[in-house]
Amino acid sequence: MQRERRLRVMVAKPGLDGHDRGARIIARAFRDGGFEVIYTGLHQTPEEIVEAAIQEDVDMIGLSSLAGAHMYLFPRVVDLLKEKGADDIVVCGGGIIPEEDIPRLKEAGIKEIFTPGSPLTEIVQWVRENVKARSE
Amino acid sequence: MGDAVEKVVAGDIRAVARLIRDIDDGVPYVRETLKALYPYTGKGYVVGITGAPGVGKSTLVDQMITHLRKRDKTVGVLAVDPTSPFSGGAILGDRVRMQRHSLDEGVFIRSLATRGHFGGLTQSTRSAITVLDAMGKDYILVETVGVGQDEVDVVRNAQTTVVVVIPGMGDDIQAIKAGILEVADIFVINKANREGADKTYNELRQMIEMGRAQREEAHWIPPILKTEALFDKGTEELLEEIERHRKHLEETPGPRDQEKKRARVESELADMIKSRLIEEGLSRIREKGDFDRAVEAVLQGKEDPYSVCDELVIKILAGTR
Repeated sequence: MQRERRLRVMVAKPGLDGHDRGARIIARAFRDGGFEVIYTGLHQTPEEIVEAAIQEDVDMIGLSSLAGAHMYLFPRVVDLLKEKGADDIVVCGGGIIPEEDIPRLKEAGIKEIFTPGSPLTEIVQWVRENVKARSE
Repeated sequence: MGDAVEKVVAGDIRAVARLIRDIDDGVPYVRETLKALYPYTGKGYVVGITGAPGVGKSTLVDQMITHLRKRDKTVGVLAVDPTSPFSGGAILGDRVRMQRHSLDEGVFIRSLATRGHFGGLTQSTRSAITVLDAMGKDYILVETVGVGQDEVDVVRNAQTTVVVVIPGMGDDIQAIKAGILEVADIFVINKANREGADKTYNELRQMIEMGRAQREEAHWIPPILKTEALFDKGTEELLEEIERHRKHLEETPGPRDQEKKRARVESELADMIKSRLIEEGLSRIREKGDFDRAVEAVLQGKEDPYSVCDELVIKILAGTR
């Protein structure tokens, strides 16, 4: 008897900024949305994030950045996933991200960007609609 | 399927990660894969680490990984956290404290949620242990919060069980006494720099003494260690004690150890049978629409749930002959 596939998502903070309040709130919202959330903590390198995402077999990685390095860090995660053949994992981003950066990030393979003020319910809904539990 | 087995045995990270996911989600093919993997198991040494939330289990596990790696041992970690009974979601945060090992190919860390299925935690954790064992990990560390029956069952699967407490728990020790204290092979008082460490030590020692008096022969007396995991104090000593216990199990298995081994196999098999029976039974009842009909009957007040339950169970059992 097959049970229902449970969505697994990773919430990760790449780079050097030390503020993870937003990330924790998102993690909590995802949990309340019924997802299994793997939280990796602060100061992660893209390599560490990708390796953890593969070991945990997540469906999505949510990256949070407030320190301005998103133009390097976010695409780097996407590229590493590609390198590892794990680019079926959806990547989204959130945090302090200037409007003009968003098109370029999307071009680089980030599926969606959430900026401050995005309602939590909307983000959870977006994940439900756009991320499918991975199966072979 | 044979492909998955080969990959797991060869240590392919993605294959292992996917298989554990499928075990957790109850995808039917995994049974056959687990059967095929079983012959490759038995080499990994399973250590359970349990204790109340906040005692520092993850930090301790993190240090254990470091020291085991220094000894050139490969390590698999299963970090179990509870599922919210309300949303069905879970925040799996134990990894945070072990994240520095994520780039080390000799370490595989996996977070598991309890999910609250019948036998869910025990069953899928046990299967995940099988996978990590088959992939060739020398040590498999299973970290779980020490509350509730499921968690106790998990540590029963371990060859060595470490129960972690902190100073000043006082009544808490009383509270967990009945549950996890008797499964402990080693006690660790973590955060031992805190006030009350000696008092906790004495309380534990007394409890061990009491336990010994009740048993005819005590082949293994659980040692009590003091650690400060955050500052990496006491980790080596803990690993030494684990080794000592392992040797003890191998070289001087007393009747009680044999019993324990037997009990482990018994409970493992009983659990497997239980969950298989329930899965099979429920799906058969649902398939034929009997379940929905029974629900309707109870809803409309035509039947009581006890009678329809009896009817359904008897019907399935009759059908199996």
